[in-house]
Parts: sequence; C-alpha cells; structure tokens
Amino acid sequence: MDMRFQKSSDQMSREYKIKPVGDQAIQVIFEQKIDEKINEKVMALRDRLSSDAGAFSHVPKGAVLETIPAYASLLIYYNPMMTDYGSVKEWLELLLTESGKGKQSTGRLIEIPVCYGGRYGEDLKFVASHAGMTEEEVIRIHSGRDYRIYMLGFLPGFPYLGGMDERIFTPRLQSPRTRIPAGSVGIGGEQTGIYPVESPGGWQLIGRTPVKLFNPQNNGELPYEAGDRIRFIPIGEKEFGQLSRKQ
Amino acid sequence: MALEILSAGPMTTIQDLGRQGYAGRGYRRCGACDKYAMRLANLLAWNLSGEDNSSVVEFTLSGGRIRFTEGALIALTGADMCPKLDGSPISMYRTVQVHPGQVLELGIVRSGLRSYLAVSGGLDVPNMMGSSSTDTICRIGGLDGGALKAGDWLELGRESWLWGDRTRAEQVFTHLQEKNAEFLLTEDLFWIRTASFRYRSMGQELLPVLRTVAGPQEDAFTAEAMEVLRRSVYRVSADSNRMACRLDGPGLEAEHGYDIISDGIVEGSVQVSANGQPIVMLADHQTTGGYAKIGTVISADIPAIAQRRPGEHIGFLFITPEEANEAYRLEEKKLSWFRWKLLEHLKKYAPPEAADLFSRLDCGEEIQL
Repeated sequence: MDMRFQKSSDQMSREYKIKPVGDQAIQVIFEQKIDEKINEKVMALRDRLSSDAGAFSHVPKGAVLETIPAYASLLIYYNPMMTDYGSVKEWLELLLTESGKGKQSTGRLIEIPVCYGGRYGEDLKFVASHAGMTEEEVIRIHSGRDYRIYMLGFLPGFPYLGGMDERIFTPRLQSPRTRIPAGSVGIGGEQTGIYPVESPGGWQLIGRTPVKLFNPQNNGELPYEAGDRIRFIPIGEKEFGQLSRKQ
Repeated sequence: MALEILSAGPMTTIQDLGRQGYAGRGYRRCGACDKYAMRLANLLAWNLSGEDNSSVVEFTLSGGRIRFTEGALIALTGADMCPKLDGSPISMYRTVQVHPGQVLELGIVRSGLRSYLAVSGGLDVPNMMGSSSTDTICRIGGLDGGALKAGDWLELGRESWLWGDRTRAEQVFTHLQEKNAEFLLTEDLFWIRTASFRYRSMGQELLPVLRTVAGPQEDAFTAEAMEVLRRSVYRVSADSNRMACRLDGPGLEAEHGYDIISDGIVEGSVQVSANGQPIVMLADHQTTGGYAKIGTVISADIPAIAQRRPGEHIGFLFITPEEANEAYRLEEKKLSWFRWKLLEHLKKYAPPEAADLFSRLDCGEEIQL
C-alpha cells in the first residue's frame, strides 16, 4: 500500500503523509493521534499557507482557496485552473521541511461566560450526582481549566474541545433531545463543547452562554478559531440577562 | 414582486455555486447539487458574466407551479420535469421568454432527479457570506433559510451587468425570434447538455461510472476493497438527500475498522461507515467527519450521481490526481466555449441598437476544445 511517511532531517520529528482529495483538494495527514503538539503543527501549517502563498511561481497567489484544519490533518482546497496536485504537494513538502521558520501558531485565549445549572443547565444536577460531588464542584472543575479548540465542524462554529477533567466524564443521554438551545454548554462522555446553533443532541446540558456564537449576518465571524483556547467563566442569571440584551 | 410560488415540490430551494471560504469554521458549502446543469441554465438564461453564479431554483423529484408577474427570459436544465408554460409544453435546454401573468408548471421527474430554473438577471435573494444558497440545516440563505413553499415570492435580479435593464434582453430575444435566428442546442451541440462522465451498460440501464481519486484513507482498506469498489455496481438508496448519496452494494472491508480521527470532507468524498457501504457526499455535506474515506469522486462527475434516483445504479473507476485536475479544466473549458459560442451568436444576430451591450463585456477569444 502507498503508505509513505516522510521524515525531514531536522530534530523535530515531522512525520506526515500527503494525499489527494479528488480534483481540487489535498490533505496533509500527521501522526493520527489527538495530541496538542500534533494539532499545533496543523495550525502552524494553516497559518503558513495563508502567509506564504505566491512565494513559488508554480503555486501562484490565490491558488489556495481555503483550508479545513482538523485534529491531526489539514485539508487544502486549491484552484486547478491555477495550479495542480503535483505543484501543491511539492510546495507543502517544502513548507513542512522548513521547520522553525515563521511564527508558530500560539492561539488566543477566549473567555466564554456561562450561566451554569438551573434552567440553563438542566443536567448539572445529574452530572454532579454521577460524579458524586456538588453542583458547585462540577462548575469549579469545568471552568477551572482552559480547553484547546482542536477543530471546528459538525455545525458552524461547533468547537471540538480537548482536555476535560475525567472526574466529570458523564455518559450521554439515553434518548437525545430533539431541540437544544443555541449557546448550550454540554458534556458528552469524555468531551465538552458548545452548541452554536439550535440542534438536536444527546449531551448533558450543564449551562448556557449568552454570547451569540453563530452570526451569519456578521459574515460568519466567530469569537474563536481552531487553535485557540476557551475558558468558561461562570456568571449568574442576572449577568446572563444583561449580556444577552447587549447583543 | 415577480415570481409567485403557487406550489412547490418536496425539496425546492434557491441555490448558486455555494458558500466558499467558511469550511474551516464548520459552515457547509451547499449550492446546486448538479452544478454543471445549474451553470448551463444560467448561460441559457443569458446570465453571461462568465461567473455562472446567479441564483437559481433547484427542484427535486417534482416541480411545482410558478406565476410570473414580470416578463423574463428563463432556461430549464437538468432532470426533465415536462415543463409547461400556460399549459403548453416548452423545451428544456432552451432560452424561453415568459410574459407577465404566465404560469410555469413542472411535473414529476421523467428522468434524472434535479431540475434547475435560471432567470435572466438572476433572483434577488439576500447574499449571506458570499452566497444565496439555502442551507436548510443551519437555516441560512435562500428565503429565511428554508425550502420554497406555496405563497413565497421571489424578486428578479435588479442587477444584470450585461443588460443593465433586463427588458433589453427581451428585446434582443424578440428580435432574434423575428429573424428566425434563435440560439438552439441543435443535435451537433447535444453533448454540451451533460457533464462529461462515462457510462457502462448494465442490461437496459446505462449507468454512470464515476471517476474517483483514491484516498485520503485508501490505506485503511484492504487491497480487495479497492478492487470491489472498482468492479461492482452500487444501487442508490432511498435514504439519499442533498447531504449525501447512500449506496447499497458489495461491502468494502477496512483493515482496522472504519473510524478515524475526524478530518475534513469535500463534495464527492466516498465515506465508508460501519456497515461497509459507501456514501458519496453531496453539496450539503458536513465539513468534517469521523469515517474513513476510500476515495473522492471528481467534481466533473458529481452531476452524474446527483441526478441518480433511488433504485438506479452507478459504478466507480479510479483515476490519478493529475487526470482529475485535467478533467476539471476540461469541464471549465467546455462551459467557457459554450459561453463564447452563445455570445458570438448573439453578437451576430442582435439588432444594431444592442451593439453597446456587447462592447461592455469580454467575450473572449475562440476556445479550442
């Protein structure tokens, strides 16, 4: 099978594969692990692609159309009228070999206010009893660390977050809800996340953010992007109301 | 107000080429499922800017009735839904003039699955993130993010770069008709009607064979699975929709299961889930997913599968990424050539007073196919 791993000469191990994705996309696949270091490589390549396009004559500026960063891979759409698979592959290999140059993607820290429990987080009680602790302790643990956004997908602005404290792992609902309000913060097994749009879902809802995450009127802008970190800031119901009205 | 939807089929939506540049944030592209037919409809409705991106109406399985309160040039492409204007049959793949008050009626599909209606000057639909395409899952685009239904009204596009005032397009059309010089897709031009996919015959059925580039996770599958995909015939499942075309046929075996660490998906991705059956992603696909993808159907052949109905069949064949790039360029060239051909015709037969219309646009040079 064509399982070609490439290794550059530098100290940092840079194992990756480059694969075609049809007639107008290509994918760089790093070591298949959910790991912060690997995800950082994805974001670094994404950032370099947006700044270096046009540096080589055979991949002219504008030939790279958009990218989809994921846990351990980067998908790149290119314009076949301007370049081709071989040229983009060559260019990516060059970018991946030049380690250390260019700035690494550090990501920003984004604070998301969350009103935990009560009518905004109906399942907080269950999560607490499942973990054998008080609701306050669950809130303290959930908001007590920062979560890396490994990727966005599934729904517009839905962040795949990593690194939740195992003490609050909670199984999904037996039967999913047909309607989860936008802004809901939930726990599904070992994962935590935010529903940016109203949708069905089976996660345990522990709170809700008043921040309007999904705003197509605003050209799809989101408060965060893949590679950033999220910190949940507990707020009260009163503050929830105030923040909701402000938007 | 110009178009009143009197009745609409099960999935009648406003689409264009889709919402591009937002996939990294989880926004679906959407857009017409059969983009070739959609672009051809625009050209035949004399939307000749070269971008082929004016908003159209996509009908699925059955059409509906639309009343025009303003005159316009229209064109219908894709699946044949036996279109009628005020009860009289009209041709598909032809520029048709509609007069104020006339009712366009589309019936149940006779062959294919999706029909496209383009109107000169396009439809005046809010542009959301660079596109008017309806995303019914995220409720954006189109008319309030939903499918069209009886009682909806659509405005005609007010900005038609070529014609300025749309009535001038109608004047040119009338002139052409009077001179017996209408532009027709005569037999020698029949090949332009469909995208350039290949066929294989199976009994009475001519089934499209979709050109596919192996990967990105072809190495997750057994060597035999690749052979099975290449040699087998798959039936389109009733479970298909604008998000994906689900297929039934010989299972594809993965070496160590079908789950992968979630990654990006494109239109045409052939995803294989736990039951071993392939699923081909269409316009409304999610941007990421967690199943292994054995290959990617090239964009030139997406129209072929987007027009297959449940119960019909398709096959696959593998090509190299270089051949895939070439197929993309050929399809673009085909449409550019057609635009040039149509413009040459209009320039030749348009009335002298319309000469200024053509001086404003780049008609390009003759393209050698």
